[in-house]
Amino acid sequence: MALGLLGACAGAAADSPLFEPIASVLQHPRCLNCHTVTDYPRQGDARVRHLQSVIRGADGHGAPTLQCAACHQTANTGDGFVPGAGDWHLAPLSMGWEGLSAAEICAAIQDPTRNGGRTLDQVLQHMETSPLVLWAWSPGTGRDPPPVAQDVFVQDLQAWAAAGAPC
Amino acid sequence: MDVIAVNGTQYQVDTSGGRPLLWVLRDQLHLTGTKYGCGLALCGACTVHVDGQPTRSCVFPASAAVGHQITTIEGIGQTTVGQKVQQAWAQQNVPQCGYCQSGQVMAAAALLSNNPQPSDTDIDNAMAGNICRCGTYVRIRQAIHSIAGN
Ligand code: FES
Ligand code: FES
Repeated sequence: MALGLLGACAGAAADSPLFEPIASVLQHPRCLNCHTVTDYPRQGDARVRHLQSVIRGADGHGAPTLQCAACHQTANTGDGFVPGAGDWHLAPLSMGWEGLSAAEICAAIQDPTRNGGRTLDQVLQHMETSPLVLWAWSPGTGRDPPPVAQDVFVQDLQAWAAAGAPC
Repeated sequence: MDVIAVNGTQYQVDTSGGRPLLWVLRDQLHLTGTKYGCGLALCGACTVHVDGQPTRSCVFPASAAVGHQITTIEGIGQTTVGQKVQQAWAQQNVPQCGYCQSGQVMAAAALLSNNPQPSDTDIDNAMAGNICRCGTYVRIRQAIHSIAGN
């Protein structure tokens, strides 16, 4: 039951309208599947537990000899079924967003203890340029991209940050 | 043409068109011990080592193999651990139809190289991606434990 709840997207509206479109991206399966609060990732738009009982591992790259990179290469496979981008891995547990409301995610990504010690600028840089984040807009066969276009997402991030990153 | 190192030998191969390493191994080098199961990174039959790490050769671009050491089932017996795994597999009579077993041996050899005394959980975490339609999982576990006990 608890896992079922975690598997669902929270989808709650942010208090700040400036964060709402950003939240719609961060709460999308493309982000949440690897920003989990469990010791395993999820996959697909239905967010099922990753096949083959894949685990998070000590550093988010899987078990010592069953690493994410055993299957996930630097690009999607030609048929698009197996997704890939550079350094495929899970976000650390401290950056798990499953079960959080939009406002809670907004606070979490600005909290250095829950964002990998990043400044707001560095958080924006991650969301605007990380190959893993950018992959979300070219997710391959059978997977939807986030509901906001990538260039619009960048504009939304800039507007939100310029307004003081309200939650 | 590119040069790739497989089982300690350098080969000139055609890596064009994003072709997976599995196709190069089987069709160009005639190393057919590595099997094609699903072609979707789902079964583990095509597992080889890239610098010692188990990798699904059906989705690993051959061009990405340049500059790395590839080990296949034909070469794993040249390592001490690989030899032990092959012997244990024979002693425990692990294979049924055998189709998945190249991948199982490669995954087990990597596990035991990294962790000579794996627990059942370690075995599950390392081997869960290698599917056996014949259900030889119990014998695989026994064989791994028998090596760890040696
Ligand atoms: S053939 Fe590569 S994982 Fe199945
Ligand atoms: S021995 Fe037949 S699939 Fe594993």
